[in-house]
Amino acid sequence: MSAPGAPRRIAYLYILPAFAFYILCVLLPVIATLGISFLTWDGLTPAHWNGLGNYLDLFHDERALTALRNALVFIVYYSILPVAAGLLLAGVMARAPIHGLTFFRTALFLPQILSGVVIGLIWIWVYSINGGPVNAFLGLIGLGYLRDAWLGSFAWALHAVGFIGFWVDFGFCMVLFLAGVQKIPAELYDAARVDGAGRFREFVAVTAPAIRYEIAVALVLTIITAMRNFDTIWNSSQGGPGITTIVPSIEVYNRALLTGQVGSASALAIAVALITLVLTVTVLRVFESPE
Amino acid sequence: MKYSRFERSTNYIILGFFALFALAPVVGIFFISLRGPGIIGGGIDFSAGIHPENLVQAWDDGDFFHSIRASTLVTLTVVPIATFVSVLSGYAFATMHFRGSRLLLLLIIFGLMVPYESTIVPLYYGELSIGVADTLPGLIVPMIGIHMALGTFWMRAAFSTFPAELIDAARVDGASSWVTLWRVAVPALRAPILTLIILIFVYTWNNFLYALILVSSQDTRTAPLTLSQFQGQYVQNYTLTAAGAIIVALPVVVLYVVFQREFVRGTLTGVIK
Repeated sequence: MSAPGAPRRIAYLYILPAFAFYILCVLLPVIATLGISFLTWDGLTPAHWNGLGNYLDLFHDERALTALRNALVFIVYYSILPVAAGLLLAGVMARAPIHGLTFFRTALFLPQILSGVVIGLIWIWVYSINGGPVNAFLGLIGLGYLRDAWLGSFAWALHAVGFIGFWVDFGFCMVLFLAGVQKIPAELYDAARVDGAGRFREFVAVTAPAIRYEIAVALVLTIITAMRNFDTIWNSSQGGPGITTIVPSIEVYNRALLTGQVGSASALAIAVALITLVLTVTVLRVFESPE
Repeated sequence: MKYSRFERSTNYIILGFFALFALAPVVGIFFISLRGPGIIGGGIDFSAGIHPENLVQAWDDGDFFHSIRASTLVTLTVVPIATFVSVLSGYAFATMHFRGSRLLLLLIIFGLMVPYESTIVPLYYGELSIGVADTLPGLIVPMIGIHMALGTFWMRAAFSTFPAELIDAARVDGASSWVTLWRVAVPALRAPILTLIILIFVYTWNNFLYALILVSSQDTRTAPLTLSQFQGQYVQNYTLTAAGAIIVALPVVVLYVVFQREFVRGTLTGVIK
C-alpha cells in the first residue's frame, strides 16, 4: 500500500465512468460539430468538403446575423439588467437584518426551477392581447390605447421575449448578491457610516467591491443561459414574428433538422460556442484582478 | 449600530415588490387553470366558479399519462446514475493525486460552458445512424452526459471541504479508498449530495431541447415536450394549457418547496466555490 499523498492510479478508475459519459455525450459531439462545420451536408446525401465556407457565409447571412444580434440583445435582458437589479437591491438592503428571508428567497428563486416550456406558456398568457395582465394593467392606468399583442408585434416581440429572461434571472442575481452581502463584516458599514458615507457611497466603497466575485459569477452564468437559450423562445414567440426573435440555438435547430443545412448549422453552433467562451473569459478576467 | 424603522420598512417594501413580481405570473397561471372551461381571453375570472377538473381534462386531452411516465422513468434513471458517477469522480479529483488531474478537471469543467446547441447536431444524426433515436435510453444517456461537468465540479467542491486527515487516517488504518468513500466521506456529505440530487432532478425533469430532438413517440415523449405540443394545439385556450402547465410544473415545484433551503443554498455555495 502506498503512503497518503502518493500518486494513485486507482483515481483513473474513479473518474472513468464520468469521463465515459462526458466524452460520449459532450466532448465527441462538440468535436463532431466542429468537423461537420467544414462540410456541405444536407443530412442525407454524401457530404462535401467546404473548408471555411460555412463560416464565411455566416457574415452575409441575414438570418444568422439577426440571430446573433438578438443573442446580444438577450444578454442585456438575461444578464446585465438582472445583475443591475440585483446590485440595486443589494445596495439598498446592505446588511440590515431581514426576518422572513426564507420566504423572499423562495419566491425570488421560483422562476429558476420552472421548465422553459412552462415559462413560455405563462408569458404567452401574460402578454395576451385579450385580457392578459399586461394589457389589462395598461387599461387600468388609462393607457389602454397602448394595448398590443406584444409577442406578435414586429416592434416589441424582441423586447417582450427578452423581458421574460429578466424575470427568470433577476431573482437569482438578487439572492446571490444578498448572500454575498451578508458575509460582509458589519464593522465595514459602521466605519463607512461614521465617515458620514451615504447609501450610494457605502455601496461603491463597501458593498460592490465585497461582492465582486458574486457579480462575476452571476454575469458568467447568465451570459451562458442567454447564449444557449432555446426553450423559452421556442415556447413563446418561436422566433417570430418573421425572424424578429430568432436566436442561434433556434437557427441551429432549423438548419440541422428542418432545412437540410447541417454544415451551416454546425458552423453557427461553433461560432456561438466561441463567442460564449470569449465573453465569459473576458468577464472573469475583468473581475479577477484584485483591487 | 441601529437601523431606523424607516430603513427596515423600505427594505421590506422593496423585497416584497420583487418577490411579488417573481410570484405573480406563476400564481396567475394557477388561477387561470381553475377558471370555468367556457371562459375565453386572459382574464382571471371566477364568475363561473372554480374548476379543478380542468386538470383532469388537460391530463386526458394532452395524454399526459404517457409523458409523465416517460419523464418519471428518465428522471429516476438519470438522477441516481449521474449522482453516483459524479460522487466517484468528485472524490478522486478532491482527495487523490494523479498525473494529469488538473488538465482532466479543466477538460470536464469546460462542459459547464458548452452551449447545448453545439452538441445537438451529432447527437441527432448519431442516434439516427445507430438506431437509438426515439428510445428512452437514447435520451437518458445524453442527459447523464450533460450533468457530468456540474456533478464533478460540485462533488469535488464538497469533498474538498472534508478534512483530508480523516481520509488519510482511514487509509493508514488499511481501509480501501472505496470503503473510505462510502463509510467515512459520503455519510458526512449527505447535504451537498442531496443538493446535487435535487439540481439534477429539476434540470432533467425540465429539459426540453434534448427531448425535442431525440424523442417523438407516445411512449418516449417527456412531459415538457408534450406540454409544448399541447400548447400548440390549444393556442387560445389558456385555461386548458394553464392546467397542462400545472401538471408539468407540479413535481418540481413541490420538490422545490420542500427542499428550497438545499436548492437555494446549494446553488449559491456551489457557484461560489
